[in-house]
Amino acid sequence: MVFEKIQEIIAEQTGKDESEITLETNVKEDLDADSLDLFQIIQSIEDEFEIEIEDYNAITTVQDAVNVVESLKQN
Amino acid sequence: MNSIEIVSIGKAIPDTVITNDRFMELAGVDDEWIIEHCGIKERRVLTEGNTSDLATTAAMDALNKAKVDPMDIDLIIVSTCTPDSDTPSTACLVQKKIGADNAVCFDIKAACSGFIYALSAADKFLRAGSYKNALVIGAEMLSKATDWHEKKSGILFGDGAGAAFVVPCEKGGILAEELGSIGKKSDVLVTGVMPGANAFNDVEPVKQEDMYIRMDGLAVFGFATKKLRSSIENVLNETNLTLDDIKYIVPHQANMRIIESVAKRLKTTMDKFYINIERFGNTSSASIGIALTELEEQGLLQKGDKIIISGFGGGLTWGTMLIEW
Repeated sequence: MVFEKIQEIIAEQTGKDESEITLETNVKEDLDADSLDLFQIIQSIEDEFEIEIEDYNAITTVQDAVNVVESLKQN
Repeated sequence: MNSIEIVSIGKAIPDTVITNDRFMELAGVDDEWIIEHCGIKERRVLTEGNTSDLATTAAMDALNKAKVDPMDIDLIIVSTCTPDSDTPSTACLVQKKIGADNAVCFDIKAACSGFIYALSAADKFLRAGSYKNALVIGAEMLSKATDWHEKKSGILFGDGAGAAFVVPCEKGGILAEELGSIGKKSDVLVTGVMPGANAFNDVEPVKQEDMYIRMDGLAVFGFATKKLRSSIENVLNETNLTLDDIKYIVPHQANMRIIESVAKRLKTTMDKFYINIERFGNTSSASIGIALTELEEQGLLQKGDKIIISGFGGGLTWGTMLIEW
């Protein structure tokens, strides 16, 4: 599942518990992540799903990340 | 002729060292935080003089090594995003300071890709046949464009210059190059906004903070890692070479995290890259010339070695070359 994998990646990068990470979570604001954390999260997502995300700023919430991955995987 | 070769390479490094511990007071961040975010331990700052002085020192270093009289130089191209002034160009100031009265001089603006753009321009001028040599300089006094109290960008930058003396060659030289620009992402990295207010409009005067380097770190990371990697792959494909044929990749020293990401995705190790960012920080268009000078001074480059040099930055712009030394 895309969400569970992203949840795992974000938890590992931010040191937060997976239960704190829901679809509505704003990665920067709710998890106290900075640009470097977000960069490393997005890169791990790219590696995990073998995709290339064009606009890193398109991802603010976990839902955004799931949407981007699902749309790229469909194409 | 076929291409250009770098006959000699020189650098200028200011004496004043700013270590990470200074940022506790300046921006409220410590050594550990800075190293984690960019891999930089210290940077150099010019406390007396300007960009053209750094450019001049690097130029004379290169010319002395090649034993070339400044009066014999045909072309001086300077890349800088921190010029002494918009006019005269920094290249004309270098011409005056070194006494290269016979040279044609101009600046190039391509931010951190500028050294590659300037080398490429020199290559085209020399190929056209009207010029027999060129002095290519990347020089920056980023300390005057840096908001030292802003932790995200203040920790990154330093001053310096690199200069290459180049001549036409029949064999070797630049074997492949890729240049590119993405103007639609121009707002991602901005510095030195020009005043627009005049007697006939009510435009707000430019504030000091508009003069400082301002960037969207995440967008720059995304751009830099993709273009650095893809352009390296493209110059390798064009020449039918692989990373095994390349002695060093000399990337623009922007941020250690960018270089690490690219190393991982190119499936190579960090020792393939020449890195000095921990000592000088990000010196924009000066970084590649400084790195090449260090490689040469340490005897790490032999004639015939193949290397890749790559710059990427504001514009957005990127430029990558595969060179036979």
